[in-house]
This record gives sequence, structure tokens and C-alpha cells, in this order.
Amino acid sequence: MLSEKILGGDRRAVSRLITIIEDGDPESRRELASLYKHTGRAHIVGITGPPGAGKSTLVCSLIKRIREKDKTVGIIAVDPTSPFSGGALLGDRIRMQDSSLDPEVFIRSMGTRGRLGGLAKATSDAIKVLDAFGKDYILVETVGTGQSEVDIVKYAHTVVLVLVPHFGDEIQIGKAGIIEIGDIFVINKADFGGADKTALEIKTMLELGEKRAWTPPILQAISREDSGTDKILGAIDSHMDFLRESSSLSRMAEEKVENELLELLRLEVETYILNKVGPESFEDMVAQVAARRIDPYTACEKLLETINHKD
Amino acid sequence: MEKKIRILVAKPGLDGHDRGAKVVARAFRDAGFEVIYTGLKQTPEQIVESALQEDVDGIGLSILSGAHMTLIPRVLELARNEGLADVPVYVGGIIPDEDASELKRMGVAEIFGPGTPTQAIIECVKKTSRRR
Repeated sequence: MLSEKILGGDRRAVSRLITIIEDGDPESRRELASLYKHTGRAHIVGITGPPGAGKSTLVCSLIKRIREKDKTVGIIAVDPTSPFSGGALLGDRIRMQDSSLDPEVFIRSMGTRGRLGGLAKATSDAIKVLDAFGKDYILVETVGTGQSEVDIVKYAHTVVLVLVPHFGDEIQIGKAGIIEIGDIFVINKADFGGADKTALEIKTMLELGEKRAWTPPILQAISREDSGTDKILGAIDSHMDFLRESSSLSRMAEEKVENELLELLRLEVETYILNKVGPESFEDMVAQVAARRIDPYTACEKLLETINHKD
Repeated sequence: MEKKIRILVAKPGLDGHDRGAKVVARAFRDAGFEVIYTGLKQTPEQIVESALQEDVDGIGLSILSGAHMTLIPRVLELARNEGLADVPVYVGGIIPDEDASELKRMGVAEIFGPGTPTQAIIECVKKTSRRR
């Protein structure tokens, strides 16, 4: 089994399991089931922010700092899948190749494959694989996000929001949902000028909000020059200490499991119903709704009724 | 099940002419492939390790420096050592005919010279890439 090889340190098995997870191969579930008890040890860090903010460059710099501390790291780098061709150009590795030959670093690129929210459907399972593989840190780089792609909160212990100077005024910052998810704010490309002003705007906006037990630090960095990364990693570690001390960690774990179970259920129910209905009747229903002969709400009810039908 | 062809596009060696690699990468994406683009100046070791971690179904190498008879055999050898013998290696660039036949003899799946239509490359990869 792949899971045994993974626990034995086989990189190829890790790589292969992530592929069959992405393919939706039912075999992957058995593998994940046997890996599950070996998970839960890694510190999962989400790296998110708008396109071009320097997320990959920051990840590259973080990898080096983590390795200096003699810790191991896995990276999942997500880029968007084209909604038109279904293809994807996964280019995050370009900036991470410095560390690609370090045997304690494992980097995997993923396409979103149709999922909104900045992450790939298979991300949470791929995280488990790297966790069971024994990585101390798992950095998950989301696609470039805008104002509401906040899926990463569901999977990460710590979310680092990477912004750049002149990101927008207080109102931009205030309306952006991504602001609410940052545990650590990084203003990257700080050498471009305007970083202090952006920092102040974020600080003001955070102070206007509800007081949180954890005050997100607002750090400046020039990731291209590895500048500011020490403080960022320091903040990542402090956040984990905070989670442990405030017993948020166990609560978080339960929330995560709850989310995951609900998601699995949703998927299973959907698959179950679609199987029962059959692809032809489903397509027929789609056509009827598209032609406005029936509304989608009634259509949904009709599809749900199939559950009660006896085979 | 949603299987997609995953292909690595890399430039080994020291020349900086990556336009061809970018054009092909983009064409692959538009053909529905997942393209892992590693960029310039990749060593054979980096290329093979990336191919392993990304579990690709094919490795595309773009090379215009003239160092193909050194770099490409090395990629093939490392790939075999890492258990990736079933992952075909494709080469794009300026490769003299005699080198091309030698490289194919060594195990390169196909060589695409200047002017090859991207559609021809896509069709070839679809036919010959590793089946999962």
C-alpha cells in the first residue's frame, strides 16, 4: 500500500497518492484512512493574498528559514485551473526551485480544478498526506485571492495574509473578507514605498473591529531579498504557542473535523442522489430548468425525492 | 474520476531563451493539461526531482544552448534511477539530426524542432504520455 511506503519515507508514494486523490480515485480513501492516525502533528500555515503580492517568493524565503531551524516542510502551491480549457499553468515552483533538491522539502503544485475559494478540492487531503509524511510545517499557498476567497481558514492553523503597499484605502481593506482571516499580516515589497501607510490603514481597520484574543502582527518584508522573513516565521510560531495556550487548538481541530465531515456528507449525498437519478434524467432536468419549464427549486425537490424511492 | 495529463515544462542549461517553452506551456494549458512550469536554468537533478514530486505524465525540455548531448542523457539517467522510466521525455529546440537520432536511441520520446505546430506537440503528448 502507498500509505505504508509513505510512512517509510518514500517520496514517490507521497507524490502518487496526491495524484490519485486529485483524480478522485476511490482507492485514495483507503490510503487516507490508514494514514489518518498519523496526522495532526504538522503546523499548517496558509499563505494567501492578491495575485502578484509575492506569496511564492515569501514561501521560498520561509522554506530557507524553516530549514535553518532544522525543521522539515511540505508545500502545497495552488494555482487556478482555466474554467475554459480545464488546463492550468502551475508556476509557483519557479520561485521555489532553490530548495527543490533538499530531501526534507516536498513541493507539490495543484490546480483548483473548478473549485472556488482559492484552494483545490484535494487540498485538505494532500495536507494530510504531507502531515503523515512527517513534515513539521505545511505551507499552503492559495491562488491569488481577492475579497472573499477564505477557504484556507478551514484548513490552516495560521493564516498569513500577504499584501503590497497601496493595496487600497481603509474602505477597500474594510470590505475585503480576506482581512478578517489574517492571523499575520505581511506587507511585502516594502521597498516600493507606502508600506508604512498601508500598515497604519490595516492597523486602524483592525482596531475598529471586534477585539480578538490574538492581535495580528503587521509585518513588513522584502521577500525577494529574504528580508523580514525571520520575524514572519517568529510570528507563525508565536501564533501556534497562542493557539496551544488558549486551548483554541483543540477547538479548531473539532471545527475542522466538523467541516470535513459535513463536506464529505454533502459529497456522498450528491453522488448518491446523482447515481440514483442517473445521468440522463439529470441532464433532462438541467435542460428543463434551462428552458424555464421548471424552476431550479422545484427541480431540486424532485431530485431529492429520489432518496425515498425504493430500488 | 477526473484525470488530467500533468506535464513538466523545464529549461535545462544556461540559455535564457524561454519564449518557446512559454508558448508550448500555454498551448498545453489550453489543451486542458496541468503544466508545471519550473522556468530557466534548471539542473537535471532539479528537473527529475520536480517530476517526481509532481508525479507528472511527461517531461518537456526546451533547450537551445547546444548542450543537449550533455544535459538530456543526464535527465534520462536520473529519471531511470528515480523509478521514472515510464515517464516520457520530450525535447524542443534546435537539435541537429544526428544528435536527434542519438537522443531518441537513448530514450527520448520525441523531438520537436523549430516550426513544429503546437497542435502536433499536443497530439503527440496525448498519445504517448504515461497512462495512469
